[in-house]
Amino acid sequence: MTHPRKIVALLAATTCLAGPAIAQDDDTLKIGLILTLSGPGAVLGEMSRDGFQLAAEEIGDIGGMKTEIIIADAEQKPDIAANKARELVERDKVDIVVGPIFSNILGAIHKPVTDSGAILISPNAGPSVYAGAECNPNFFATSYQNDQMHEVMGAHAQEEGYQNVFLLAPNYQAGKDSLAGFKHSYKGEVAGEIYTQLGQLDYSAELAQIAAMQPDAVFAFMPGGMGVNLVKQYRQAGLETIPFLSAFTVDESTLPAQQDAALGFFGGSNWAPDLDTPENKAFVEAYEAKFDQVPASYAMAGYDTAYLIDAALREAGGVADKEALIAALEAAPFTSVRGDFSFGPNHFPVQDFYLTEVVKREDGKFATSVVKKIFDDYQDNYVADCQMN
Amino acid sequence: MTRLTPTRAWAATILFAAFAILPMITQALGDSYLIVIATRILAYAIAALALDLILGYGGMVSFGHAAYLGIGAYAVAILGRAGITDLGAHMLAAIAVAAVFALITGAISLRTRGIYFIMITLAFAQMGYFFFVSLSAYGGDDGVTLNARSTVFGQPLLENNTALYYTALALLIGLYLLAVAITRSRFGRVLTGARENPLRMQAIGFSPFRYQLTAYVISGCMASIAGVMLANQASYVSPSYMDWHRSGELVVMVVFGGIGNLLGAVAGATIALLLEEWLALLTRHWPILFGLILVLVVLYSRDGLSGFFRSDRS
Amino acid sequence: MTSLFLLQLLNGVQFGILLFLIAAGLTLVFGIMDFVNLAHGVVYMIGAYLAVTFTSMTGSYGLGLLLTLPATLLVGLVLELSVFRRLYDRPHLDQVLATFGLVMIITEGVQVIWGAAPLSVPMPELLSGSVPLIGAMRYPVFRLVIIAAGLLTALGLYLVIGHTRIGMRLRAGASNRAMVAALGVDIGKLFTVIFAFGAMLAGFAGAMVAPVLTVDPGMGEQVLILAFVVIVIGGIGSVRGAFAGALLVGLVDTLGRSFGPILLRAVMEPAAAGQAGRVLAPMLVYILMAVILAVRPSGLFGAKT
Repeated sequence: MTHPRKIVALLAATTCLAGPAIAQDDDTLKIGLILTLSGPGAVLGEMSRDGFQLAAEEIGDIGGMKTEIIIADAEQKPDIAANKARELVERDKVDIVVGPIFSNILGAIHKPVTDSGAILISPNAGPSVYAGAECNPNFFATSYQNDQMHEVMGAHAQEEGYQNVFLLAPNYQAGKDSLAGFKHSYKGEVAGEIYTQLGQLDYSAELAQIAAMQPDAVFAFMPGGMGVNLVKQYRQAGLETIPFLSAFTVDESTLPAQQDAALGFFGGSNWAPDLDTPENKAFVEAYEAKFDQVPASYAMAGYDTAYLIDAALREAGGVADKEALIAALEAAPFTSVRGDFSFGPNHFPVQDFYLTEVVKREDGKFATSVVKKIFDDYQDNYVADCQMN
Repeated sequence: MTRLTPTRAWAATILFAAFAILPMITQALGDSYLIVIATRILAYAIAALALDLILGYGGMVSFGHAAYLGIGAYAVAILGRAGITDLGAHMLAAIAVAAVFALITGAISLRTRGIYFIMITLAFAQMGYFFFVSLSAYGGDDGVTLNARSTVFGQPLLENNTALYYTALALLIGLYLLAVAITRSRFGRVLTGARENPLRMQAIGFSPFRYQLTAYVISGCMASIAGVMLANQASYVSPSYMDWHRSGELVVMVVFGGIGNLLGAVAGATIALLLEEWLALLTRHWPILFGLILVLVVLYSRDGLSGFFRSDRS
Repeated sequence: MTSLFLLQLLNGVQFGILLFLIAAGLTLVFGIMDFVNLAHGVVYMIGAYLAVTFTSMTGSYGLGLLLTLPATLLVGLVLELSVFRRLYDRPHLDQVLATFGLVMIITEGVQVIWGAAPLSVPMPELLSGSVPLIGAMRYPVFRLVIIAAGLLTALGLYLVIGHTRIGMRLRAGASNRAMVAALGVDIGKLFTVIFAFGAMLAGFAGAMVAPVLTVDPGMGEQVLILAFVVIVIGGIGSVRGAFAGALLVGLVDTLGRSFGPILLRAVMEPAAAGQAGRVLAPMLVYILMAVILAVRPSGLFGAKT
């Protein structure tokens, strides 16, 4: 993964066999990818990495520079990720760090990376604190601010005129943020609000309550395996007549497991594989040809991030002048597969959000599909708290 | 029994001396990052040492020692948020909370034996884990980023990686000497006796329970200091420090070094973490190799990795 | 409210039986051979993955399930012959560590073979859908199948261990290995058989839950701790205890998370109750275990130490 010389040096140091340090090469662009690549969350990290590398291959020399990409596994352990991030910036002297997937990992690596002067670009995690009070000139997110996907669904529920919606999320920080985000744009009654256990297997108890209440709709935030469990059990409990709204619960990373059970379920997203732009068509085709799976938004954001870096580097004329590079990144001089894309003053995207629905494509694969646009050029709610300095 | 035989004293001196000159070597190599890894190793060595004290000498297999890492780490985060940044205060708070937690959970756990003890300590650690996951004020599952490391006499001395490293090393050496003193004392002998033959200990007038509980509390307090160091090293605190996997890894470290051999715990932590770093370089699927080594060590060496280097295995 | 309570009671029992199904193989190996097998969860996971593969190969869940059983039996045999048999007379600590190593190997190995993305088994047509219960509430057919499978497993284990010749040998072997060996019973072979059978039970559980739960590399670990809680609460070495423990955990967990917040609201402010409920819910099972072990250090049905 990284360089074998690390361990050589490590062993040398521990066994007192000092060797010469390896000189740094100044004209090479070094990008560190730090993503969760092992453990149960690995599928998201793999998609992000594959998306990034696909773009990197298409581009060739990113920013016209000789490019070296170093990939590190953040596992699912924040302290290990913090160490690896430090290793990337202190030892490998990377110019740009791309990552991570999970918000708790971002919390761990944000300070070590930005303190070192390197630029950190998150292709997924976008917690509120870094969009607001603790925004940082060296930090960009190419994905979204975490609350936004939930706000999309809240706005959709509001538009549909639902009078009472049942809310379901796992009992952890992202779950709480999710329901808060939904309620930000949904003003109707909340039929019930349940926080389930992290990694819960059996949702019979919650489904029974939903069946008893017969709400107008259900909103769920159940990422990963939890979403697979919930969606299958929801369908089996015969609740499919109640509209199922969700965020991060039915997407291309979980659909291979949910399959028919998720058909017709709704999600909120800033993108879907069938979003109609020429760049997106090319991306989805290339990705599917190479990896034989339908890309999820994680892959898309990884792909976009590589093109963003490429365009900004060409604008800034290399990595030497960090301020010029940051200014170039802020201008987002590339064509996103999402179409409209620009950065707000807090370095979070201003983009469109859609209601998506799970469909079975003609080739038998499952994917999300754009139903309609919910928000146009939408910005997060924390930008006002951001004092960039 | 631990005897500070000349060989052991020499081994300890060499090991700690090697740790002491490490920063100079990394300086020569121009590779300051090694210090960061090494500090992490020292923090885990403290925790493994703490665990070995009760596991190796008291026969208490705690599968929940990561809880104390978490307590120590959150002491730094919570006090730091409240504006108290002094390292001493952090350690005192960590020790106090760890002592109370260990006293209560230990008193209940020590009613059980064998596998039940393993499982109940695990259960208590899981409770701690879920408590902090639900603790919204401190980020819940997302954890807390420390804005600054602990201060010493109001000075941000530990912001320097080398200073933090030497602080951790000093704590490790101090706690190692303390642990050696404990095992050589009358208290330590009663503890070992209670493991070997609780009935006899009771017959000659010692209550094994009180000794075991005391040892359990001491061990918990020591492990919480490791948590304080770990939080400072990563500048980040989250419930994942209390994950049951961490508890398992601590046991692995102790066994790697050979149980009931305090220096072994330090060596075991070093070996286990270096091995992890090294295997991760070879392949992304490093857990397969790590697991394989673990199985082989258990199957073929009863004294941990140190057993491989000894020709006369007893 | 009453009907909801009854339904949640049923859900609790159902979850308990699901847990028993998962824990059954563990009780057997743990109880009879006094062997701490942390790898039980990953064998359960292998069962689920094999069910996915076999189901897609044969196009039938029934056939997939049938093929999974001998396959996991084989997995059990391989593990027993290569690793476990060397650990029988070792301390629990060694067993915990060696099997912890196996957990690492298999969890990562599964990702190498099947990838990291979650997979699943499509619900068989025949068993999909739900039956009407009370009012608008319905109950999924497959849940009834799981309940039946769990009860059959419990009954089967009870009969085999308590009322057959091989069961007698097992119990004798568990209490005095040397004596039984002296009487001419090949203990080594007996243990190999039990172990393989335990692995098959784990595989069976994995294949049974594959249509309702996600099949991913984290699934084994998720249930492992719960399965241990179940058999420790019940008392190690007792199938009856494991069954009681499973039901208790299932009921406390299900009722606790559905009615706990309501009860708390009766004694404190709604906001505080919500907060407390959220903190307490995931801890309930562990609190239950701590309380039971504090009162009965060897579990509900365990032998006194």
